[in-house]
Amino acid sequence: MKCEKLLEAMNEYVDGTIDPGICESLQKHLDDCDPCQVVIDNIRQTITLFKAGVPYELPIQFKAKLRDELRRRWKARFPKGQKRA
Amino acid sequence: MVTQEIEDTKASPASPPIVDPDRALVLRAQEGELEAFEELVSRYEQRVYTLALRILRQREDAEEVVQEAFVSVLEHLETFRGEAPFKSWLLRIATNQALHVLRKRKGLSTVPFQEERGESEQHPLPHPQLIARWKESPERLAEQLEVHHSLARALEDIDEKYRLVFVLRDVSEFSTKETAMALNISEPNVKIRLLRARLMLRERLTSMFGDGASRMIPDHKHEGE
Repeated sequence: MKCEKLLEAMNEYVDGTIDPGICESLQKHLDDCDPCQVVIDNIRQTITLFKAGVPYELPIQFKAKLRDELRRRWKARFPKGQKRA
Repeated sequence: MVTQEIEDTKASPASPPIVDPDRALVLRAQEGELEAFEELVSRYEQRVYTLALRILRQREDAEEVVQEAFVSVLEHLETFRGEAPFKSWLLRIATNQALHVLRKRKGLSTVPFQEERGESEQHPLPHPQLIARWKESPERLAEQLEVHHSLARALEDIDEKYRLVFVLRDVSEFSTKETAMALNISEPNVKIRLLRARLMLRERLTSMFGDGASRMIPDHKHEGE
């Protein structure tokens, strides 16, 4: 397998949805090609990093408004703290 | 009304039982306990806001998505059966809500997000230029505030059609089919856009976090070079 073919199959490999036959050939390529292995590692790290990030703080005023609005709607749905049967 | 937003994703028959850390709170909220619902809101409001901002890039629109997503959760909580984790259900609702806002903003209803014929053949894949191991693990990087500014910039740098597919597939964990349906594009286009998005983001992030000392040059020529 050439590096170009590896690039084309990379999504399925990273997602673990690759055909086992192709996977074996790709793994063989990776064993002998450090740069491709590093690219695969980098892709996994990229996905992990974006998944881990929750960097944006909600504006305080909006948070308070959100609480009030949700409480209002909750009380309309469950009047006087009424619980579902 | 966003029609896809309340679907409770089913686990496949072969899947192991869902372990949901929010299950107890969800059950209490389903019984009408406001405090439990508010705890769920506190846990996830920042994550929903981040997701919405990544899709919409405008604070006011992202705030609207946060509110509408939690209102939708409140209204459909009784029908949530726990066949997927609560977090996944919530992020799907928020993603569909954000796409709804994006379509509204563009004056679209059901037309696709820049569907193009033969997209895979139009441009060659962006071949990796900078190949180097990262200096730190993604877990350590995620703890640093400035890293998040860099992530936001990297995501803003790439075209919307790639950004949306990346956010839906890799952040919101939509399947290829679900992403294709949500964006009204074909599954092959989802796959090629995701591949390009991942390669473009990898290049940008490696230029920020890569260890120059470990930079690698392939010892063989690639086609087209």
